[in-house]
Amino acid sequence: MLSILKDLLRYNREFAAGAALLGIVVAMSAMSALAPMPPDDVYVVPPDLPPSWTYLMGTTSRGQDVFWQLSFAIRNTLLFGFIVALLSRILSLVIGLLSGYLGGFVDRVLMSINDTFIVMPLFPILVMFYFVMRDRMSWAALALVMAGLGWAYDARLIRSIAMSLRTRQFTEHSVYSGMSTRQIVAQEHLPYVMPIVFSTTMNNINWSIGLEVTLSVLGFTNINTPTIGVMIYWANQHTAMTAGVWWWVFFPVALVIMVFIGLFLLAVSMNEYIDPRSRLSRMRSAKT
Amino acid sequence: MQSINVYIVKRLGQFFLVVFIGINIVFFVTHATPIDPVEHSIMAAAMFGSTSPEAINMLREALADLYGLKGSLWDQYWTFWKRIAVADFGPSVSSFPTPVSTLIGRAIPWTVGLLLTAVIISWVVGNILGGLAGYYRENRLLKAAGVVAMGLHPIPYYIIAFVLLIIFGYLWPVLPLGGGYQRNMTPGWNLPFIGSVITHGFLPALSLVLVGFGAWFMGMRALVSNIVTEDYVVYAELAGVDRNRILGSYVMRNALVPQITGLGMSLGAIFNGAIITEQVFGYPGVGTLLVSAVHAGDYSLVIGITTISIIGVAGAVLVIDLLYPLLDPRVKIG
Repeated sequence: MLSILKDLLRYNREFAAGAALLGIVVAMSAMSALAPMPPDDVYVVPPDLPPSWTYLMGTTSRGQDVFWQLSFAIRNTLLFGFIVALLSRILSLVIGLLSGYLGGFVDRVLMSINDTFIVMPLFPILVMFYFVMRDRMSWAALALVMAGLGWAYDARLIRSIAMSLRTRQFTEHSVYSGMSTRQIVAQEHLPYVMPIVFSTTMNNINWSIGLEVTLSVLGFTNINTPTIGVMIYWANQHTAMTAGVWWWVFFPVALVIMVFIGLFLLAVSMNEYIDPRSRLSRMRSAKT
Repeated sequence: MQSINVYIVKRLGQFFLVVFIGINIVFFVTHATPIDPVEHSIMAAAMFGSTSPEAINMLREALADLYGLKGSLWDQYWTFWKRIAVADFGPSVSSFPTPVSTLIGRAIPWTVGLLLTAVIISWVVGNILGGLAGYYRENRLLKAAGVVAMGLHPIPYYIIAFVLLIIFGYLWPVLPLGGGYQRNMTPGWNLPFIGSVITHGFLPALSLVLVGFGAWFMGMRALVSNIVTEDYVVYAELAGVDRNRILGSYVMRNALVPQITGLGMSLGAIFNGAIITEQVFGYPGVGTLLVSAVHAGDYSLVIGITTISIIGVAGAVLVIDLLYPLLDPRVKIG
């Protein structure tokens, strides 16, 4: 495992770039543990100061230090993306593996539902959720709803792998040696799909953070939990750009873009690592 | 039965399933809410203007009737479907008494226009450039395009639109921000008006294209670089067929098939992006209407937009699916 990581860092430029970007982001979120003030306090520092040595990223019009505020925001945003991805992974693994292994009627039913969720425009539905829940729409509730809506695309991918595994000899061996469906799927097939699950996790985190930022910026989430979207929301509420407080907008946007590109590069390089064909062509081009 | 008919019936079935599940979600989310929509709407209406107690009582009666909140859950469910079948979502609370369907009808052409333009441009440009990049692997310019596509693709629509808004709103204000056309113009089929629509739609469309094109570019590049190793491509090259012709008629033609499927599968996400982008630029489409409906507490308008969005996207996917056999003859032969 460690040697794989070392190889990837050395030979795969995308992986190295993605890891570096994410390293910065994770370091930033780790800074939240050192923050001298709780994230909810306002007017603790003089408002509207540009970046300086005392206030590394300036201060907001609400009297918050952008640097420390951002560390809390990115921590919550990353955590949100991670929880959504984790929960939806469980759904997509169970549905994808079962559908691919069992085939037939179960497969047809599950995949019809699956395709439905792929096509469904989720943004209006999420907005509607907020509309009926209003202030009860907590951070955790949003994570649950998004996990319930965001599994479909990856379930299809997992299913396609499980379908090809079903025709392999070791599956037949397992059936004849009396293993139950649950055992075959969990013990025999699961390890094969894990690499692709890792790479889809990155994309899923991107997807959920993107939607969270969008909903928060519109004020459609709990605007008292600091996340990147909530920071931009407050900056917009105080018309930070017209007031010239550009650092309030610039730093959160720059940091979240680093998250998106970093995660995406990791997903791409991992995909390439999984696919032997593209790995071969890379090795060939490295030689010449 | 012929396989093309089986295909069409299956696609139709999927369309109805999407609409059915989508509308059930809308019904159960809005009816399982802890908040009484009628009281909520009355509160919202009262905020817009003072109302006498009798008027509020009348409004309450009318709303309970309109939202189908009378009778058992089963009755409500039926009324809900009947209303959707005739696209009657009652009057909007925030712009009373204009019916919701009129408001949505006014917004739809803008959304469809924006979406169609952006999807066509990003799909065509992304596929052509991606195909070239997969075939001419050593070209520096195409490699650079690949880096750009990779950098822009993972960023969500909102952030791209927001950054464009900042660049063209504060740093270099050359393009109009907000609205679908110049405010003092009367809509019509004349040159100045069409020009105004184009300049106003430029930034929203640009942000959709910037995000969208990357996916098609990278998908096409990967497909083409796999196909060029096939024997028939090598044969064509050895036979001296013009390289551009190989790429256009043999390689890309085959690679387009999964890209069409991809278009159908990502249409929901692109629609999400379009309505978010509209909101950022204040474009007069469905997205801006949805956000203002939420802020105004307009229950029927939110339900109406969500329902129409689901049906609209499912319908568009159905159209793409039905065009698919034209490109992939295997569906016809079966």
